[in-house]
Amino acid sequence: MKLAVVIPAYNEEKMIAEVVKEVRTVTPHVFVVDDGSADGTGAAAALAGATVLRHALNRGQGAALRTGIEAAARSGAEVIVTYDADGQMSAADIPALVAPVEAGFCDVALGSRFIVDHGPWTMDNGRMPFVRRLTLKAALLFTRITTGMKLTDTHNGLRAFSREAAAKLDLRCDRMAHASEILEEISRLGLRYREIPVTIKYTDYSLAKGQKLSGAFRIIRDLLMSSWMK
Amino acid sequence: MFAFQLIVIIFCLYAAVRVWQKIRTRGLGKRWGAFWLVFWFGVGAVVALPWTTSLLAARLGVTRGVDLVIYVSVIVLFYLVFRLTLKLEKLESNITKIVREAALSEAKKADNDLKH
Repeated sequence: MKLAVVIPAYNEEKMIAEVVKEVRTVTPHVFVVDDGSADGTGAAAALAGATVLRHALNRGQGAALRTGIEAAARSGAEVIVTYDADGQMSAADIPALVAPVEAGFCDVALGSRFIVDHGPWTMDNGRMPFVRRLTLKAALLFTRITTGMKLTDTHNGLRAFSREAAAKLDLRCDRMAHASEILEEISRLGLRYREIPVTIKYTDYSLAKGQKLSGAFRIIRDLLMSSWMK
Repeated sequence: MFAFQLIVIIFCLYAAVRVWQKIRTRGLGKRWGAFWLVFWFGVGAVVALPWTTSLLAARLGVTRGVDLVIYVSVIVLFYLVFRLTLKLEKLESNITKIVREAALSEAKKADNDLKH
Protein backbone atom coordinates (compact mmCIF):
# COMPACT_ATOMS: atom_id res chain seq x y z
CA MET A 1 0.00 0.00 0.00
CA LYS A 2 1.39 3.38 -1.00
CA LEU A 3 1.11 5.91 1.81
CA ALA A 4 1.66 9.64 1.12
CA VAL A 5 1.86 12.42 3.67
CA VAL A 6 0.84 15.96 2.69
CA ILE A 7 2.31 18.87 4.65
CA PRO A 8 1.12 22.42 3.91
CA ALA A 9 3.81 24.88 4.99
CA TYR A 10 4.00 28.65 5.22
CA ASN A 11 7.21 30.28 6.47
CA GLU A 12 8.32 27.11 8.27
CA GLU A 13 12.01 27.22 7.28
CA LYS A 14 13.10 26.56 10.87
CA MET A 15 11.02 23.41 11.43
CA ILE A 16 10.20 21.88 8.05
CA ALA A 17 13.40 19.86 7.52
CA GLU A 18 13.08 18.23 10.93
CA VAL A 19 9.38 17.47 10.30
CA VAL A 20 10.03 15.99 6.84
CA LYS A 21 12.88 13.82 8.15
CA GLU A 22 10.66 12.51 10.96
CA VAL A 23 7.80 11.71 8.56
CA ARG A 24 10.19 10.01 6.15
CA THR A 25 10.93 7.43 8.84
CA VAL A 26 7.33 6.25 8.19
CA THR A 27 7.01 6.76 4.41
CA PRO A 28 9.29 8.10 1.66
CA HIS A 29 6.34 9.78 -0.08
CA VAL A 30 6.18 13.22 1.51
CA PHE A 31 4.54 16.15 -0.33
CA VAL A 32 5.25 19.59 1.07
CA VAL A 33 3.17 22.44 -0.33
CA ASP A 34 5.14 25.67 0.13
CA ASP A 35 2.25 28.12 0.34
CA GLY A 36 3.98 31.24 -0.95
CA SER A 37 6.53 31.38 1.87
CA ALA A 38 8.86 34.37 2.02
CA ASP A 39 11.65 32.28 3.53
CA GLY A 40 13.45 29.13 2.38
CA THR A 41 10.71 26.66 3.37
CA GLY A 42 10.54 24.98 -0.05
CA ALA A 43 14.31 24.56 -0.40
CA ALA A 44 14.65 23.20 3.14
CA ALA A 45 11.84 20.67 2.54
CA ALA A 46 13.36 19.56 -0.79
CA LEU A 47 16.78 19.09 0.84
CA ALA A 48 15.17 16.95 3.51
CA GLY A 49 13.78 14.67 0.81
CA ALA A 50 10.22 15.90 0.21
CA THR A 51 8.52 16.49 -3.12
CA VAL A 52 7.84 20.22 -3.05
CA LEU A 53 4.92 21.99 -4.73
CA ARG A 54 5.07 25.75 -4.67
CA HIS A 55 2.16 28.20 -4.53
CA ALA A 56 3.36 31.46 -6.08
CA LEU A 57 1.06 33.35 -3.69
CA ASN A 58 -0.05 32.54 -0.16
CA ARG A 59 -3.54 31.03 -0.50
CA GLY A 60 -4.02 29.47 2.92
CA GLN A 61 -3.77 26.07 4.51
CA GLY A 62 -6.99 24.76 2.95
CA ALA A 63 -5.82 25.58 -0.58
CA ALA A 64 -2.37 24.10 0.10
CA LEU A 65 -3.94 20.88 1.40
CA ARG A 66 -6.04 20.54 -1.75
CA THR A 67 -2.93 20.94 -3.92
CA GLY A 68 -1.02 18.39 -1.85
CA ILE A 69 -3.86 15.86 -1.80
CA GLU A 70 -4.24 16.13 -5.57
CA ALA A 71 -0.50 15.67 -6.12
CA ALA A 72 -0.45 12.67 -3.77
CA ALA A 73 -3.42 11.10 -5.54
CA ARG A 74 -1.78 11.65 -8.95
CA SER A 75 1.33 9.89 -7.65
CA GLY A 76 -0.79 6.80 -7.01
CA ALA A 77 -1.07 7.03 -3.22
CA GLU A 78 -3.74 4.75 -1.76
CA VAL A 79 -3.86 6.38 1.67
CA ILE A 80 -3.24 10.12 2.08
CA VAL A 81 -2.33 11.63 5.45
CA THR A 82 -2.49 15.36 6.23
CA TYR A 83 0.13 16.62 8.65
CA ASP A 84 1.16 19.99 10.13
CA ALA A 85 4.48 21.66 9.42
CA ASP A 86 5.09 23.27 12.81
CA GLY A 87 6.45 20.21 14.60
CA GLN A 88 3.38 19.74 16.84
CA MET A 89 2.63 16.26 15.56
CA SER A 90 4.37 12.99 16.03
CA ALA A 91 5.10 10.78 13.01
CA ALA A 92 4.92 7.77 15.34
CA ASP A 93 1.12 8.27 15.38
CA ILE A 94 0.81 7.77 11.61
CA PRO A 95 0.81 3.93 11.47
CA ALA A 96 -2.03 3.65 14.02
CA LEU A 97 -3.96 6.37 12.18
CA VAL A 98 -3.55 4.70 8.80
CA ALA A 99 -4.26 1.13 9.97
CA PRO A 100 -8.12 1.27 10.05
CA VAL A 101 -8.22 2.98 6.62
CA GLU A 102 -5.82 0.47 5.16
CA ALA A 103 -7.83 -2.41 6.63
CA GLY A 104 -11.02 -0.95 5.15
CA PHE A 105 -12.73 -0.36 8.53
CA CYS A 106 -13.29 3.27 7.65
CA ASP A 107 -12.75 5.82 4.84
CA VAL A 108 -11.30 8.52 7.04
CA ALA A 109 -9.35 8.41 10.29
CA LEU A 110 -9.33 11.61 12.34
CA GLY A 111 -6.61 12.30 14.90
CA SER A 112 -7.84 13.36 18.33
CA ARG A 113 -5.98 14.92 21.23
CA PHE A 114 -8.77 14.26 23.63
CA ILE A 115 -9.62 10.56 23.61
CA VAL A 116 -9.09 8.22 26.51
CA ASP A 117 -5.34 8.16 26.67
CA HIS A 118 -5.08 11.46 28.49
CA GLY A 119 -8.69 11.74 29.70
CA PRO A 120 -11.29 14.09 28.28
CA TRP A 121 -10.25 17.75 28.05
CA THR A 122 -6.76 17.16 29.22
CA MET A 123 -3.67 17.33 27.10
CA ASP A 124 -0.31 15.70 26.84
CA ASN A 125 1.79 18.27 28.66
CA GLY A 126 -0.74 20.67 30.20
CA ARG A 127 0.29 23.58 28.00
CA MET A 128 -2.87 24.20 26.01
CA PRO A 129 -3.97 27.78 26.71
CA PHE A 130 -7.41 28.18 28.31
CA VAL A 131 -8.74 30.33 25.44
CA ARG A 132 -7.72 27.71 22.88
CA ARG A 133 -9.40 24.96 24.90
CA LEU A 134 -12.57 27.05 25.13
CA THR A 135 -12.48 27.74 21.37
CA LEU A 136 -12.07 24.03 20.63
CA LYS A 137 -15.04 23.21 22.88
CA ALA A 138 -17.15 25.73 21.00
CA ALA A 139 -15.98 24.15 17.73
CA LEU A 140 -17.14 20.72 18.98
CA LEU A 141 -20.59 22.12 19.67
CA PHE A 142 -20.64 23.87 16.27
CA THR A 143 -19.67 20.62 14.50
CA ARG A 144 -22.30 18.66 16.42
CA ILE A 145 -24.98 21.12 15.29
CA THR A 146 -23.86 21.50 11.66
CA THR A 147 -22.85 17.91 10.87
CA GLY A 148 -24.36 15.73 13.60
CA MET A 149 -20.88 14.23 14.14
CA LYS A 150 -20.06 13.41 17.73
CA LEU A 151 -16.32 14.06 17.87
CA THR A 152 -13.83 14.73 20.63
CA ASP A 153 -11.52 16.92 18.52
CA THR A 154 -12.63 18.92 15.50
CA HIS A 155 -9.54 20.89 14.54
CA ASN A 156 -6.81 18.31 14.46
CA GLY A 157 -4.72 18.47 11.29
CA LEU A 158 -3.64 14.81 11.50
CA ARG A 159 -6.04 12.81 9.32
CA ALA A 160 -5.87 9.83 6.98
CA PHE A 161 -8.06 9.45 3.89
CA SER A 162 -8.47 6.55 1.57
CA ARG A 163 -7.71 7.58 -2.00
CA GLU A 164 -11.42 7.23 -2.93
CA ALA A 165 -12.59 9.33 0.02
CA ALA A 166 -10.06 12.07 -0.76
CA ALA A 167 -11.25 12.19 -4.38
CA LYS A 168 -14.88 12.68 -3.30
CA LEU A 169 -14.26 15.71 -1.05
CA ASP A 170 -15.51 18.97 -2.55
CA LEU A 171 -13.39 21.44 -0.59
CA ARG A 172 -13.52 25.17 -1.28
CA CYS A 173 -12.37 26.96 1.87
CA ASP A 174 -8.87 28.26 1.26
CA ARG A 175 -8.00 29.26 4.79
CA MET A 176 -8.55 27.82 8.26
CA ALA A 177 -12.24 27.00 7.76
CA HIS A 178 -11.15 23.95 5.75
CA ALA A 179 -10.96 21.89 8.97
CA SER A 180 -14.70 22.35 9.59
CA GLU A 181 -15.41 22.00 5.87
CA ILE A 182 -13.71 18.59 5.78
CA LEU A 183 -15.99 17.39 8.59
CA GLU A 184 -19.05 18.78 6.78
CA GLU A 185 -18.00 16.89 3.66
CA ILE A 186 -17.45 13.65 5.59
CA SER A 187 -20.96 14.02 6.97
CA ARG A 188 -22.52 15.03 3.62
CA LEU A 189 -20.89 12.16 1.73
CA GLY A 190 -21.71 9.64 4.46
CA LEU A 191 -18.05 8.58 4.71
CA ARG A 192 -17.18 6.08 7.45
CA TYR A 193 -14.88 7.73 9.99
CA ARG A 194 -13.05 6.89 13.18
CA GLU A 195 -11.18 8.95 15.74
CA ILE A 196 -7.72 7.74 16.68
CA PRO A 197 -5.77 9.08 19.68
CA VAL A 198 -2.75 11.16 18.72
CA THR A 199 -0.27 13.30 20.63
CA ILE A 200 0.11 17.01 20.04
CA LYS A 201 3.25 18.66 21.40
CA TYR A 202 2.67 22.25 22.45
CA THR A 203 6.01 23.95 22.08
CA ASP A 204 6.65 27.70 22.35
CA TYR A 205 7.19 27.69 18.58
CA SER A 206 3.88 25.97 17.75
CA LEU A 207 1.94 28.08 20.24
CA ALA A 208 3.32 31.27 18.70
CA LYS A 209 2.27 30.06 15.23
CA GLY A 210 -1.09 28.70 16.33
CA GLN A 211 -4.57 30.10 15.85
CA LYS A 212 -5.86 33.04 17.87
CA LEU A 213 -9.43 33.39 19.16
CA SER A 214 -10.11 35.99 16.46
CA GLY A 215 -9.42 33.24 13.92
CA ALA A 216 -12.61 31.49 15.03
CA PHE A 217 -14.73 34.39 13.76
CA ARG A 218 -12.93 34.32 10.43
CA ILE A 219 -13.53 30.57 10.18
CA ILE A 220 -17.29 31.07 10.70
CA ARG A 221 -17.32 33.85 8.11
CA ASP A 222 -15.41 31.70 5.58
CA LEU A 223 -17.74 28.75 6.16
CA LEU A 224 -20.79 30.93 5.56
CA MET A 225 -19.28 32.43 2.43
CA SER A 226 -18.29 29.04 1.01
CA SER A 227 -21.78 27.63 1.60
CA TRP A 228 -23.29 30.62 -0.23
CA MET A 229 -20.85 30.25 -3.11
CA LYS A 230 -21.57 26.52 -3.59
CA MET B 1 -32.13 76.59 -6.28
CA PHE B 2 -29.66 76.16 -3.42
CA ALA B 3 -25.92 75.92 -4.03
CA PHE B 4 -26.00 72.42 -2.49
CA GLN B 5 -28.54 71.24 -5.06
CA LEU B 6 -26.48 72.72 -7.87
CA ILE B 7 -23.29 71.00 -6.69
CA VAL B 8 -25.01 67.60 -6.37
CA ILE B 9 -26.66 67.91 -9.79
CA ILE B 10 -23.33 68.82 -11.43
CA PHE B 11 -21.71 65.85 -9.68
CA CYS B 12 -24.50 63.51 -10.87
CA LEU B 13 -24.04 64.72 -14.45
CA TYR B 14 -20.27 64.17 -14.17
CA ALA B 15 -20.86 60.64 -12.77
CA ALA B 16 -23.36 59.83 -15.56
CA VAL B 17 -20.86 61.00 -18.23
CA ARG B 18 -18.16 58.81 -16.65
CA VAL B 19 -20.55 55.82 -16.70
CA TRP B 20 -21.37 56.51 -20.35
CA GLN B 21 -17.64 56.65 -21.22
CA LYS B 22 -17.06 53.37 -19.38
CA ILE B 23 -19.90 51.69 -21.29
CA ARG B 24 -18.48 52.92 -24.61
CA THR B 25 -14.95 51.70 -23.82
CA ARG B 26 -16.45 48.43 -22.53
CA GLY B 27 -15.08 49.05 -19.06
CA LEU B 28 -18.60 48.45 -17.77
CA GLY B 29 -21.20 45.94 -18.95
CA LYS B 30 -24.41 47.30 -20.56
CA ARG B 31 -26.73 46.09 -17.78
CA TRP B 32 -24.54 47.39 -14.96
CA GLY B 33 -23.98 50.60 -16.94
CA ALA B 34 -27.74 51.10 -17.38
CA PHE B 35 -28.22 50.56 -13.63
CA TRP B 36 -25.67 53.26 -12.78
CA LEU B 37 -27.08 55.70 -15.38
CA VAL B 38 -30.59 55.30 -13.92
CA PHE B 39 -29.13 55.64 -10.43
CA TRP B 40 -27.28 58.92 -11.09
CA PHE B 41 -30.20 60.45 -13.06
CA GLY B 42 -32.49 59.38 -10.21
CA VAL B 43 -30.30 61.05 -7.60
CA GLY B 44 -30.12 64.20 -9.75
CA ALA B 45 -33.92 64.25 -10.19
CA VAL B 46 -34.58 63.79 -6.47
CA VAL B 47 -32.16 66.58 -5.57
CA ALA B 48 -33.56 68.95 -8.25
CA LEU B 49 -37.20 68.21 -7.37
CA PRO B 50 -37.23 67.27 -3.66
CA TRP B 51 -41.04 67.40 -3.43
CA THR B 52 -41.28 64.27 -5.60
CA THR B 53 -39.87 62.19 -2.74
CA SER B 54 -42.58 63.52 -0.39
CA LEU B 55 -45.27 62.46 -2.89
CA LEU B 56 -43.80 58.98 -3.17
CA ALA B 57 -43.20 58.77 0.61
CA ALA B 58 -46.86 59.60 1.31
CA ARG B 59 -47.97 56.80 -1.03
CA LEU B 60 -45.60 54.29 0.61
CA GLY B 61 -46.59 55.24 4.15
CA VAL B 62 -43.34 57.00 5.10
CA THR B 63 -43.76 60.36 6.86
CA ARG B 64 -41.09 62.45 5.14
CA GLY B 65 -39.54 62.28 1.68
CA VAL B 66 -36.06 62.60 3.16
CA ASP B 67 -36.67 59.49 5.32
CA LEU B 68 -37.66 57.51 2.23
CA VAL B 69 -34.44 58.56 0.47
CA ILE B 70 -32.37 57.42 3.48
CA TYR B 71 -34.18 54.06 3.74
CA VAL B 72 -33.75 53.34 0.03
CA SER B 73 -30.09 54.45 0.13
CA VAL B 74 -29.29 52.12 3.04
CA ILE B 75 -30.96 49.17 1.29
CA VAL B 76 -29.12 49.89 -1.98
CA LEU B 77 -25.78 50.25 -0.14
CA PHE B 78 -26.24 46.95 1.71
CA TYR B 79 -27.08 45.22 -1.54
CA LEU B 80 -24.03 46.66 -3.27
CA VAL B 81 -21.75 45.59 -0.39
CA PHE B 82 -23.24 42.09 -0.61
CA ARG B 83 -22.61 41.92 -4.35
CA LEU B 84 -19.07 43.23 -3.93
CA THR B 85 -18.34 40.66 -1.22
CA LEU B 86 -19.53 37.83 -3.46
CA LYS B 87 -17.50 39.18 -6.34
CA LEU B 88 -14.41 39.42 -4.14
CA GLU B 89 -14.85 35.84 -2.94
CA LYS B 90 -15.20 34.67 -6.53
CA LEU B 91 -12.02 36.56 -7.43
CA GLU B 92 -10.15 35.01 -4.48
CA SER B 93 -11.31 31.56 -5.48
CA ASN B 94 -10.18 32.12 -9.08
CA ILE B 95 -6.74 33.28 -7.90
CA THR B 96 -6.46 30.11 -5.79
CA LYS B 97 -7.44 27.99 -8.77
CA ILE B 98 -4.70 29.54 -10.93
CA VAL B 99 -2.05 29.29 -8.18
CA ARG B 100 -2.93 25.62 -7.49
CA GLU B 101 -2.95 24.64 -11.14
CA ALA B 102 0.41 26.34 -11.71
CA ALA B 103 1.91 24.50 -8.71
CA LEU B 104 0.58 21.13 -9.91
CA SER B 105 1.68 21.55 -13.53
CA GLU B 106 5.12 22.75 -12.39
CA ALA B 107 5.47 19.63 -10.24
CA LYS B 108 4.34 17.43 -13.13
CA LYS B 109 6.89 19.08 -15.44
CA ALA B 110 9.69 18.58 -12.90
CA ASP B 111 8.65 14.94 -12.52
CA ASN B 112 8.72 14.41 -16.30
CA ASP B 113 12.14 16.10 -16.56
CA LEU B 114 13.47 13.71 -13.91
CA LYS B 115 12.16 10.69 -15.80
CA HIS B 116 13.83 11.71 -19.11
